Amino acid sequence: MDWEVVIGIETHAQLSTVSKIFSGAATQFGAAPNVQACAVDIALPGVLPVLNRGAVERAIRFGLAVGGPEVISRRSVFARKNYFYPDLPKGYQISQYELPIVTGGIVKIQTEGGEKTVRLTRAHLEEDAGKSLHEDFHGMSGIDLNRAGTPLLEIVTEPDMRGAEEAVAYAKALHALVRWIGICDGNMQEGSFRCDANVSVRRPGAPLGTRREIKNLNSFRFLQQAIEYEVRWQIETLQDGGSIQQATVLFDPDKGETRMMRTKEDAHDYRYFPDPDLLPLVISDATIEQIRSELPELPQAKRERYQREFGLPSAYAVSLTQSIEVASYFEATVAAAGSDNAKPAANWILGELAGALNSTGIDIGASPMSSKQLAGLLLRMRDNTISGKMAKDVFDAMWAGEGDADSIIERRGLRQISDAGELEKIVDGVLAANQKSVEEYRAGKEKAFNALVGQAMKATKGKGNPAQINEILKKKLAG
Amino acid sequence: MPLSLPEVKRVAWLARLEITEAEAAAAQGHLNEIFKLIEQMQSVDTERVTPMAHGQDVAQRLREDRVTETDQHALYQGIAPQVEDGLYLVPKVIE
Amino acid sequence: MINFTLKQLSALLAQKQLSSVELTQAYLERVARLNPGLNVFVTVDADKSLAQARAADALLAAGKAQPLTGIPLAHKDIFCAKGWRTTCGSKMLANFISPYDAHVVEKLNAAGAVILGKTNMDEFAMGSSTETCFFGPVKNPWDRTRVPGGSSGGSAAAVAARMAPAAIGTDTGGSIRQPAALTGICGLKPTYGVVSRYGMIAYASSLDQGGPMARSAEDLALLLNAMAGFDARDSTSLERPAEDYARLLAAPAAAKLPLGGLRIGVPKEYFGAGLDSDVAAAVEAALAQFEQLGAKRVAISLPNAALSVPAYYVIAPAEASSNLSRFDGVRYGYRAPEYGDLADMYAKSRAQGFGAEVKRRILIGTYVLSHGYYDAYYLKAQKIRRLIAQDFAAAYRQCDLIMGPTSPSVAFALGAKVADPVQMYLIDIYTVAANLAGLPAMSIPCGFGEGGLPVGLQLAGNYFAEAQMLAAAHQYQLATDWHLRQPAGTE
Repeated sequence: MDWEVVIGIETHAQLSTVSKIFSGAATQFGAAPNVQACAVDIALPGVLPVLNRGAVERAIRFGLAVGGPEVISRRSVFARKNYFYPDLPKGYQISQYELPIVTGGIVKIQTEGGEKTVRLTRAHLEEDAGKSLHEDFHGMSGIDLNRAGTPLLEIVTEPDMRGAEEAVAYAKALHALVRWIGICDGNMQEGSFRCDANVSVRRPGAPLGTRREIKNLNSFRFLQQAIEYEVRWQIETLQDGGSIQQATVLFDPDKGETRMMRTKEDAHDYRYFPDPDLLPLVISDATIEQIRSELPELPQAKRERYQREFGLPSAYAVSLTQSIEVASYFEATVAAAGSDNAKPAANWILGELAGALNSTGIDIGASPMSSKQLAGLLLRMRDNTISGKMAKDVFDAMWAGEGDADSIIERRGLRQISDAGELEKIVDGVLAANQKSVEEYRAGKEKAFNALVGQAMKATKGKGNPAQINEILKKKLAG
Repeated sequence: MPLSLPEVKRVAWLARLEITEAEAAAAQGHLNEIFKLIEQMQSVDTERVTPMAHGQDVAQRLREDRVTETDQHALYQGIAPQVEDGLYLVPKVIE
Repeated sequence: MINFTLKQLSALLAQKQLSSVELTQAYLERVARLNPGLNVFVTVDADKSLAQARAADALLAAGKAQPLTGIPLAHKDIFCAKGWRTTCGSKMLANFISPYDAHVVEKLNAAGAVILGKTNMDEFAMGSSTETCFFGPVKNPWDRTRVPGGSSGGSAAAVAARMAPAAIGTDTGGSIRQPAALTGICGLKPTYGVVSRYGMIAYASSLDQGGPMARSAEDLALLLNAMAGFDARDSTSLERPAEDYARLLAAPAAAKLPLGGLRIGVPKEYFGAGLDSDVAAAVEAALAQFEQLGAKRVAISLPNAALSVPAYYVIAPAEASSNLSRFDGVRYGYRAPEYGDLADMYAKSRAQGFGAEVKRRILIGTYVLSHGYYDAYYLKAQKIRRLIAQDFAAAYRQCDLIMGPTSPSVAFALGAKVADPVQMYLIDIYTVAANLAGLPAMSIPCGFGEGGLPVGLQLAGNYFAEAQMLAAAHQYQLATDWHLRQPAGTE
């Protein structure tokens, strides 16, 4: 009998502010222990939190990107989540509980079965905790509070995903989106984008099964592996007659297994209540409108526009909107080369350029070849100055840093011969010298035609316009 | 609703307060007296009353996203019970 | 000199008839002499105080003095002051040297005032008698077998015993007003948000408010001018134009009677069962005096007054239970000498570092917030809070100020209520409502009751009515001399 997998994801996206959510300490990654933990972050007696405008604006941007003004709460409240842990200096985490800043919204993902919509339950602002370092300090742990107070947007989905692939597709789409709208750097190694997966299995049509939460997955690969392992484990447990207990588990990438967390066994009573040190966060329509006007065009809108405006196939539109950098590169290329070059631009960006970037591990934002250079190449192809084959050579030369398409074409004498009179003369010579092929062709051997084209190209040292040569040859052979 | 002894102990554990049997029993007596006083609240109907969290009906003020704090960890750690290499030390944390 | 007002001292300093060093030295000597019997100060640091006094003298010499420049003030040990031990009356912070200044401390320092020392208080401001302190109880200067009230009992006793010209305190449920009443001095709790809470160790965040304690309304106004003001580091600090709280002290010259037209609301609920007759008599006499000054008495009702203590003892402990979670023995403060694992370190450090009353309130607060009880207690209390605020709003449509007793009795004997928390909590019956509503209220001496002990009159006003309250109190003090009385044995 079949099992259906049900997955919901909670993501902690670290917001890209320069200072913390409730203090003026820096948020830079990698500082020496506790040098970025100010009085508020270490919770000295008497200190108080004040909310960072940058964090609020980023949350609003997110709300606009996943649902528009109507998913943004005009009034939201910060609560205290009380529990004792050494990386939590106040003994409570400030987080939005009953009234989050974003309620609802959707994220569209691309799956094998086509586009799918993942519904968001909510997104709320909260502060990150510090870090416990487990290296041995004479049997003790060391606490670094640099990360304490870093702003997070916790983004929670409905249980809408049906397998590890969909979960990963969602995580990737969300990752691209938060980077797209500039609210999170998306650096997963540094923990700027961390996923928790709530996984359960059930018989199709049955009520939801008991879920287990896999905590702190900081790569798409781990997300995939952890869910696959967890699903297998849950199905096996149930098939063996066991039952699933609600639990929080950690994924061990070395063993490829999930295991129960040993702490927080009593942590189910967080005693949430509104933080009396903070007042309700009120967001005006004017603020939302202001932020909306500064928001870049979103991936979904771009995708639709690329298909409509440039006649690109859907797969191209999806690939070009994988990140804002790719889309910007594409748009800049089209702006310089004209919209009739949109399709070749897409081809080159997703083909040659992507390949070159991939093999060197360079991001498109840092591409050694600018969009202007690529546009220059496209223009010379369109006006028949160079052939497609020559274009590849010019591309390689540009990639190697030899300059613009025009100067490379000039320097290497790559200009294509498109002069009809000149080409006819050359073709005449070829026909005269290759009577055997001409006869073979006339006898019905199609292959002989290609040989004649090859000879003509050779006679032009590769610079003849192949389409024109084709045409002239056909005309002459028919005549 | 009077608090039972196990409830007193559970609350003490939630609050991370070590409590002896005798202390728990004494606390139970006092807490139940205090809750008798507190229960007077139930005498008034508050069905349609909006809860009030602050004396002033004011919205949260926002600070600009600027770094205003400098490194003071040496000063702050001067009063810490146990530090090493810039870290606060605690009994082993097990996850 | 010890009976001079702040204004008089300020004038003497400005005229160079007295230096801040001399003044500070004189008070330090009084502290040294009187403190062993009264246990008012927890920390005195003559070197630090005198250094500030010398700096003040330099400002005075340079003609850059402000009204408080050179004047020594006693600070309740709840205000963080850089380099000063700041204990909050607790073993938990017995060795806590604050690395920073509270906003109020910054402001007073900037005004050139001198920190004379840190005063004893109920542990974490939780108490109404200044008996829950780790450093032993404060004695009432009027009768050393009696409590001074609390939690700002040290600051109140310091002013009453003339160990400081004035002091600062905090008030969460009456902690400035009630000790002021019990020691025969004046104390004011401002409108919530007028004085920044930054650096004031939190008890109950939505109720805490710092304020001045002094011998006269005029001195309170002077002190409040220096303490109040917007602070960007406190989200609940109000952004308002600066205000001179002394501006209404002088009665309008045209007025036949100085308080003509003032409507004084007298709530019937404040004069019922539980109020001692000696206190009632003194308060009645004071009200009569106000009428003689031209005020009109209006009978009003605060129907939910009796629910203020129950609601307070849900809200304050709930906030406190969370506010005090940071005291975990990790980054500062007390850590138990011996412990097993992490949880044991927390539980032992906190059990040993906190006293009985603090632990009791943490337990109450933890319980009322815990799963399944939130609505029945915390939410209910927040709704009662609204009703109480609405009662005041209705009352202030009928009157300008509300007056009544500050405390139902005069100072009680040390130890009398320690074993009975409910009796102790009910002492706050007339004071907690102002905190719940966020309204300003003050206490001034209005006579003496049983045992020759002072009685306090509470004056409460609408939001931001501090100047109006101070003006009324000042007119009363021009006509009476209760506030000038000095306890025997403190000469």
